[in-house]
Amino acid sequence: MRKTPLFSVSGLRKSYGAQLGCRDVSFDLHPGEIMGIVGESGSGKSTLLSCLAGHLAPDHGDVCFDVDGTGLVSTLAMPEPERRLLARTQWAYVHQNPRDGLRMSVSAGGNIGERLMNIGARHYGNIRQDACSWMDRVELSVGRIDDRPATFSGGMQQRLQIARNLVTSPRLVFMDEPTGGLDVSVQARLLDLLRSLVQDLGLSVIIVTHDLAVVRMLAHRMMVMQRGEIVETGLADQVLDDPQHPYTQLLVSSVLQV
Amino acid sequence: MFKITQLSKTFHLHTQQRAEIPVVCDVGFAVHPGECVALTGESGSGKSTVLRLIYGNYLARTGSIRVGSTEIVAADPRTILELRRTTLGYVTQFLRVLPRVPTTRVVAEPMIEAGHNATAADAHARNLLRRLRIPETLWNLSPLTFSGGEQQRVNIARGFAYDYPALLLDEPTASLDAINRQTVLDMIGNAKQRGCAIIGIFHDHAARKAVCDREIDISQFAAA
Repeated sequence: MRKTPLFSVSGLRKSYGAQLGCRDVSFDLHPGEIMGIVGESGSGKSTLLSCLAGHLAPDHGDVCFDVDGTGLVSTLAMPEPERRLLARTQWAYVHQNPRDGLRMSVSAGGNIGERLMNIGARHYGNIRQDACSWMDRVELSVGRIDDRPATFSGGMQQRLQIARNLVTSPRLVFMDEPTGGLDVSVQARLLDLLRSLVQDLGLSVIIVTHDLAVVRMLAHRMMVMQRGEIVETGLADQVLDDPQHPYTQLLVSSVLQV
Repeated sequence: MFKITQLSKTFHLHTQQRAEIPVVCDVGFAVHPGECVALTGESGSGKSTVLRLIYGNYLARTGSIRVGSTEIVAADPRTILELRRTTLGYVTQFLRVLPRVPTTRVVAEPMIEAGHNATAADAHARNLLRRLRIPETLWNLSPLTFSGGEQQRVNIARGFAYDYPALLLDEPTASLDAINRQTVLDMIGNAKQRGCAIIGIFHDHAARKAVCDREIDISQFAAA
């Protein structure tokens, strides 16, 4: 791992009127690192992720990214077109509901190809070939490439969304409950797939989830949120096996053992 | 290789009547390269806790744990991850892996993470699995479907796959038959010969006698 951060957040705060979204959030993410953010519903983790990915404007604080390997620059101070380009090329965002991240009326291949065309790819044959190879990589049958995602199961849609996101070789991927809403056998397959892709491509990932097993299997580090604040942070297995904060202890001890 | 001084650990259980459970107090010992030291003491005396503190899996607040030149107490997560990748191995009692990942990959992974090329790592993984008598027909399957003894041997293969300079072993010979037990003891002996410093928990008295140079009774560090 390189010594300088890829992504850095400082003093982030977002409120909705009097309602607090998140506050005082600061952390660094290095290349190849996977950060898990856990907390119950309403703890502010999705708000935080939206602020990090530039979907929401925070009230305070800064979100910096090392765009070209020369050091961190503020993504908030960037002109809008530049930030959009960043979101299309170096970042990716995997939504909990694949319908939010896919174009349901466009074929599976089209969904993958669109991201490539957005960054300038024009050669139909190459785009189609890339789409095929990504279908295969996320374990979707290439024979379904011309089918619309509406005809896919939830797990297949989620894998298609991942292919669409990773085809442009992003360096940082935001994931919002990527395994939420899938049955457990599909979850295991998706986790395994995500882990090998992340390893092979050297991706940095920020993953929001309420599933502690996902964090244990995927994340290097984790942060625990409660009522908009980070109450504990550390090495993922240490926080799970020896939680210090009362809320983390409650979360960890509430998991049912199978 | 290991130097532990004035290490104490207390668990604060906020959700269970704010119970405070002091486990160990003022632990101090050192282990040199090529040496294998057994932690002894009755069940509940804190042997596994000490291993976990050294691995950074439990959070130590006081004292010092040095592994090579790295201080574990108050180290940031990145330092511990780097130490685990290149220096410190840990064979736990139970195998914990993702479903669906083939056994050869599970075993080869620590080598790949430490920077070996995938083909060499895979070949080495196969050798280890053969040595630990895991039937070749199982190698492409996930170890989660294996018997307890097979899982433990896969776990040992994984722990010994990369030549770490320092190793923690939590009952590596429990639930193994005589032949496999001897293989594991030979592997521990080989690791010592190449200069690996080892701290282990061995309930098996004969195994302890065979590979350990010293014993440290953890109950002497019982918290008052």
